[in-house]
Amino acid sequence: MKLKTALLGAAACLAFAPAAFAERGSDGNVKILYSQAVSIMNAYLSGGTKDIEVGSLVLEPLAGYDSKGEIFPRLAAEIPTLANGGVSADQTSITWKLQPGILWADGTPFTSADVVFSYEYCTHPEGGCAQGAKYEGIASVEALDDLTVKVTFTGPKPNPYTAFVGATSPIIQKAQFEACIGAAAPTCTEANFAPIGTGPFRVTDFKVNDTVELEANPNYRHADKPKFATVSVKGGGDAAGAARAVMETGEFDYAWNTQINPELQAQMNAGGKGKFVSGFGTLVERIEMNMTDPSPSLPEGERSTTKHPHPILSDIRVRKALSMAIDRGLLVEVGYGEAGRVTCNLVPAPEAWASDNTDCVNQDMEGAKALLDEAGWTVGANGIREKDGVPLKLLYQTSVNPVRQDFQALVKSWWNELGVDVELKAVDAGVFFGGDPGSPDTFQKFYADVEMYANNFDGTDPEAYLSNYLCDKAPRPETQWQGENVNRFCDPAYDELVRTFAASTDPTERQGIAKKLNDMLTKDSYTIVPLVHRGRLSAHSNSLGGVDLNVWDTELWNVEDWHRVQ
Amino acid sequence: MTDTSVIEKPRNQWADVWAQFKTHKGAVIGLAVFIGLVFFVSLGPFIWTKDPTYINPNAAEMIKTRNKPPSWEFPLGTDQLGRDMLARMMKGGQVSIAVGMVAMSISILLGTLVGVMAGYFKRLDGPLMRLTDLFLALPLLPLLLVMVMLFRDPLARAMGPEGGTFLLIVFAIGVTSWMQAARIVRGEVLALKEREFVLAARSIGTPPRRMILRHILPNVVSPIMVSATLGIASAIITESALSFLGLGFPPDFPTWGRLLFDGVDYIQQYPERVMWPGIAISLTVLSVNYIGDGLRDALDPRIRGR
Repeated sequence: MKLKTALLGAAACLAFAPAAFAERGSDGNVKILYSQAVSIMNAYLSGGTKDIEVGSLVLEPLAGYDSKGEIFPRLAAEIPTLANGGVSADQTSITWKLQPGILWADGTPFTSADVVFSYEYCTHPEGGCAQGAKYEGIASVEALDDLTVKVTFTGPKPNPYTAFVGATSPIIQKAQFEACIGAAAPTCTEANFAPIGTGPFRVTDFKVNDTVELEANPNYRHADKPKFATVSVKGGGDAAGAARAVMETGEFDYAWNTQINPELQAQMNAGGKGKFVSGFGTLVERIEMNMTDPSPSLPEGERSTTKHPHPILSDIRVRKALSMAIDRGLLVEVGYGEAGRVTCNLVPAPEAWASDNTDCVNQDMEGAKALLDEAGWTVGANGIREKDGVPLKLLYQTSVNPVRQDFQALVKSWWNELGVDVELKAVDAGVFFGGDPGSPDTFQKFYADVEMYANNFDGTDPEAYLSNYLCDKAPRPETQWQGENVNRFCDPAYDELVRTFAASTDPTERQGIAKKLNDMLTKDSYTIVPLVHRGRLSAHSNSLGGVDLNVWDTELWNVEDWHRVQ
Repeated sequence: MTDTSVIEKPRNQWADVWAQFKTHKGAVIGLAVFIGLVFFVSLGPFIWTKDPTYINPNAAEMIKTRNKPPSWEFPLGTDQLGRDMLARMMKGGQVSIAVGMVAMSISILLGTLVGVMAGYFKRLDGPLMRLTDLFLALPLLPLLLVMVMLFRDPLARAMGPEGGTFLLIVFAIGVTSWMQAARIVRGEVLALKEREFVLAARSIGTPPRRMILRHILPNVVSPIMVSATLGIASAIITESALSFLGLGFPPDFPTWGRLLFDGVDYIQQYPERVMWPGIAISLTVLSVNYIGDGLRDALDPRIRGR
């Protein structure tokens, strides 16, 4: 009998052990390293990812995105949809129900007044809010009762999840920020450095551009979270140093954005103190083909405009051959290692929106050569192809960046093999992406035959991104050379489909259209030749559990679940 | 003692200079190293015929030849794309040494001209020195940016991308680095002008042109030589900075400066990658410095023969 009791007691202890383990603050301190130092905790006053992400330890939005890009409720009771009536049938308003019983870190109740205030704070005309885009197209935000907020848009909005969704539009406490609205916003240093939040942690000490010390929020809505009692966020250094601090010396538990070359990744992995985690958003490194003639012999103002189609690249067979000659697997291996993968799509993610196009994955040098032969480009003197006396010569530009220069050299070697003469050009990134209409070297002006860079889109819906390739979005003198359709791609069928896309409300239909649009730009026309789907690379120590790298929202989105692995 | 020993050979000035130069051990070693480097970069590619930009188009083969340590097949190893470092060093040296020498010549020519004119002709002194101040106040990099933007395309069209860039870089470095030389030379000339031998020359009616060439210039050779040797080094470094900013040669065109910058990313895993160009640049600069030192002594009539 006694033995039985003892055994029962032991069993009970074992059964209760996980519960005891899961107590709030049971795991001590976690050290996080941001290679860019944090300068403010208020996301509304900073465009810097580092500020927004560290701020998300304290401030929360109504809903966020998880690591798959799916929306989930944080302070809201549920996600309003057309189906549950939260989104009005005409898509002109969305009504958020807040979770009852949520307290701010100072113990006061969280209400709809705080939500309305956050909107007023960011849209104040004198405020200079960094996240204004989140509140674009909103007519009014009103509190229907203490736990209900109604957002009315100026027109139908197929994607109503912009305001109060994601770490870039958190809810701030009305009581704390009331006096800080408008022009006074940046002067409230105390509130901006130590905002009162609903998130898992609260600030205990803030040193600008250096360290942030936080402790568990005693009023956090989950009694058993966060697992860590305190968080220390340190800023400064560079990506390689940050990776080393986690992977080799073990000084830190988590390092943000450790983008380093694959050689160094492999070396650090051998350190055995931690591991790299990669997450894939929508960033795609691609080669863009110029559909217009960039020849310097054309007068300024006509060069690289639709007046003169490109003499070589107007032929789709040439563009296709250039794409086929590229070995994307090798590019990934040389340039990105774990932080990249082969893609043939302009919209590579989220999964539901990405086309299943994989035709470019394998290099096909012979096929490419045959295609050029068929197009009439025959091998002439010095192995350079020519047609009607015109040599097949391309100027290939990109920004200065060691990985891009390696890519240029590799692609040049494949295109040389194909019989294409390639001249390389690298432009300082500040100039290349600077958009100065006076400079001939911007990526928009595109005074080259092909160019390479990476681009992505915000959120999970690619509508705005794909709308960039409308005919009238082409950069040209009349638009001061602004616009994202750098290829000067112009297809009436594409424009028509984009209009259908904007009018469509059914998610499945929208996804189908997005895939079709993606294919029209990539495998149907080879206007854009995607190379590598680039990911985010961060590092965490082996003793830190619960890390799930999120590229759709803040990387610290689930920090309340992070724990110490025994 | 025979009669023949009495008749000395007529003494040639340059033979004297050479004799003096030979006594400076550092200068002789420097000259040997520099000639060695010039042979390495100019004749080397005829012996070691690998293409410096060749990347094996076969992916599997390329992966195998990446980041190789020095071996018989690749005496200096290979880079991250499997390109032969020895061939790249030779090709890169051609450009770097040529840029250094030509840019230095331009800047010394300009600097000496301005310095002598300003020092010798009182009326030109003010305007020329203000011009020098003006150039000193110009920020180098923004100026280069503008020059590159304005002239790269026309030059590239006229002379090809590499020739055009070479001319542009050499010219840009030359016209932005003559000011120190001009100031030093002017100071020396001002002092020399008051010396008795100049007064004597003037009193017998020597025209200014002859005065400058015959009496002033030989006496200011030493400061010119010193700034020239320093100029080569800074020209090589400036070229690499320009390449780094994307304003120099096309990115796949190796120069020592670019090889150095490319190697920095891999300094921990493959330190030899930065050592080769680093050693080459240091050797060039050092050897040229020593040659300059020796030349200065050899060309100075007051030191020579003592």
